[in-house]
Amino acid sequence: MCLGIPGKVIELYEANGMKMAKVDFGGVVKEACMEYVPEVKLGDYTIIHVGFGLSILDEKEAFETLDLLKQIDALGDEGIAA
Amino acid sequence: MKYVEEYRDADLTRKLLEDLRRAATRSWTLMEVCGGQTHSIIKSGLDQMLPPEINLIHGPGCPVCVTPLELVDKAIALASRPDVIFTSYGDMLRVPGSDRDLFAVKAAGGDVRIVYSPLDALKIAKKNPDKTVVFFAIGFETTAPANAMAVVQAKTQGLKNFAVLVSHVTVPAAIIALMDSPDVSVDGFLAAGHVCTVMGYWEYEPLAEKYKIPIVVTGFEPVDILHGILDCVRELEAGRFGVGNAYARSVSRDGNKPAQAVIRKVFEMTDRGWRGIGVIPMSGYRLREEFAAYDAEKRFPEIQTIRTHESPLCISGLVLQGRKKPLECPAFGKECTPQTPLGATMVSSEGACAAYYRYGRYERKNNAPEQTVSTENQ
Amino acid sequence: MLMTEKLNLLGWTCPRPLQNYPTIVMGHGAGGKMMSDLIEHLFAPAFDNEWLGQMGDSTVLEQAAASGQLLAFTTDSFVVSPLFFPGGNIGELAVYGTVNDLAMRGAKPLALSAGFILEEGLPMDVLGNAVTAMAAACRKAGVKVATGDTKVVQRGHGDGLYINTSGIGVIPEGLDIGPANARPGDAILVSGTMGDHGIAIMSVREGLTFQTEIRSDTAPLNGLVEAMISAGSVHCLRDATRGGLAAVLNELAGTSKAGIEFDEQKVPLRPEVNAACEMLGLDPLYVANEGKLVAIVAADRAEAILEAMHRHEYGRDAAIIGTVVSEHPGLVTAKTSIGGMRVVDLPAGELLPRIC
Repeated sequence: MCLGIPGKVIELYEANGMKMAKVDFGGVVKEACMEYVPEVKLGDYTIIHVGFGLSILDEKEAFETLDLLKQIDALGDEGIAA
Repeated sequence: MKYVEEYRDADLTRKLLEDLRRAATRSWTLMEVCGGQTHSIIKSGLDQMLPPEINLIHGPGCPVCVTPLELVDKAIALASRPDVIFTSYGDMLRVPGSDRDLFAVKAAGGDVRIVYSPLDALKIAKKNPDKTVVFFAIGFETTAPANAMAVVQAKTQGLKNFAVLVSHVTVPAAIIALMDSPDVSVDGFLAAGHVCTVMGYWEYEPLAEKYKIPIVVTGFEPVDILHGILDCVRELEAGRFGVGNAYARSVSRDGNKPAQAVIRKVFEMTDRGWRGIGVIPMSGYRLREEFAAYDAEKRFPEIQTIRTHESPLCISGLVLQGRKKPLECPAFGKECTPQTPLGATMVSSEGACAAYYRYGRYERKNNAPEQTVSTENQ
Repeated sequence: MLMTEKLNLLGWTCPRPLQNYPTIVMGHGAGGKMMSDLIEHLFAPAFDNEWLGQMGDSTVLEQAAASGQLLAFTTDSFVVSPLFFPGGNIGELAVYGTVNDLAMRGAKPLALSAGFILEEGLPMDVLGNAVTAMAAACRKAGVKVATGDTKVVQRGHGDGLYINTSGIGVIPEGLDIGPANARPGDAILVSGTMGDHGIAIMSVREGLTFQTEIRSDTAPLNGLVEAMISAGSVHCLRDATRGGLAAVLNELAGTSKAGIEFDEQKVPLRPEVNAACEMLGLDPLYVANEGKLVAIVAADRAEAILEAMHRHEYGRDAAIIGTVVSEHPGLVTAKTSIGGMRVVDLPAGELLPRIC
């Protein structure tokens, strides 16, 4: 359900009393509402769904997970709570 | 595109498939809840690359597919009114109502406009004060914050000519209904990554506990999906259950609190009908009383008495519950195709039937003798 | 060219009759003085050739086909909205679209007809700019408008301007290029990046902006086709318009009763087009093009033909993307980015952006 696309915040401003941003999706720039990610900063990547930012992507988390997945027998048997 | 290409990497995919082959010692049936995940799996061909022990069934996570027939008919009735500009996400335009779809209303001269965001519908309302703009507010919890904000903004800006036709559904109740159904047999769930981005995953902990199943929050790209499946299978192999998070770059246990606050402000829980499945208690949202002025069903009471007619051939409901695969439907590819859909699962780009048809898991009859698409591609 | 650029009427003979009418009115289609003024002062000076100068009910083309040559004949109607978009306009489309249809059979375009359906209220500037663009496109493609027609419809009927063009071309002796000629083993080439036109149009409609503006790829392909034919055996040619690459491959596979397999990663795509498609939930394989072709050629000539394409203005990003196979006749399959396989079916209908 949910076409959420990651994009980079390149400009922040206000419109109609709402926090808005210009978001760059790999070369396409579109406006999106940042009311649900008020702590967002320039350069952050957010998941945008129907014109609204829903989360700020955690780069460190992403790197660590990808690294783990690449290792032989990634995640071992520590269980999903780890 | 960053955060996309890395998760479509062929080498990492092959490696994770290897890990999965080693991890699974017996058959497991997993349900991926979200239609967006179904779409991605079939489009990338991942379902054909999984080891045979893994049986992925496609769940009801397609809000387009489960929007009740009466609501589609109500949408069509409203869109046909000359004093209404009917705005909707693109997905809903070809969903069959009792006798036609929104696309046909548009072709016949109705003012039906596709919007990318509910804020665009507000802009249209401001530009057209002499018409009422109705917005078709469908979706799971992912879309609820956006739809809610449109209502809040309409109230704040004093827009008198804006109304929403609400058809929101929520995931946890659907999981309960599926697990309680004697016909459904699922060992574990891949929870929807963007629903959980909004709602967090704390709601799934009591479910995992009650049914003793693993539920893993999963993303959408092939690597994300394999990650979710791997986590799920490892739990199952070890005889454990609980909630895990394989989409941690976007999802936290608590979820997005500002978004949840606005959902709570605008909506309240209600029983909802799921097309093809039936009414699931406390499985959806409706507008709270104080926003009644923006409720299209209250503003246009004549649409309350719509009579519906569902195609008797369509088994969408069984497909949505994972009880049948699209190929098992006698109408699949014959009476029912994306050009002539009988049910929403063939129309919606993430409906399982449409995905199967488009990405070709079927035997096609041309004028020539029957051909089968080769599935040997390892 | 901007839609609303003021017409330079001074360059044309006696502009005064047109100056009285800033917009098209019903009288311009009535067959009387107003219509002949429109022809004499707008259409004729723009297209300016001896054929049109005959001003007969039909135009007589002195050139008959020499024996051994065949005539190719095609028609197309242009109803694009908006009339002017980044990288093109209805006038260019009306010329290049028909020229390309002729070129796809290996024909050298000879003459076009141009039928105009004008909506009452269409600003004269807009018509003038579209016609100027058409005339420039004719010169670029090396073709002439030999005959034409004008009708005016009432306000509210028609999106301002519709154009129909038919075209005649001459196929050199011995050349046989057609959609049934694909053979197992043949190579499949595309002439450049896919999806530019559809995304350019959609960007106007959806309010998308791009770091590097996505422009329509409207272009005449007859020169490119000549270069390709000189380099080797071309079996099939199709221009990849509505329905995109997917539609063309399916049509060729169906008509030739052969299977097609290609590699998704080999299809040239601008990064911005790729990103726009991701955002809107569109598949670039189904997005429309205007100035791109798909070619099926003999395998042993593929590299030579590719090189010839790279040397041409409209083939710089050409690529070999797949092969014709004897398995699964009529079906098109693609290798996906993760090494899986998907079937690429005919598009179901109009491409709609999605949220799911």
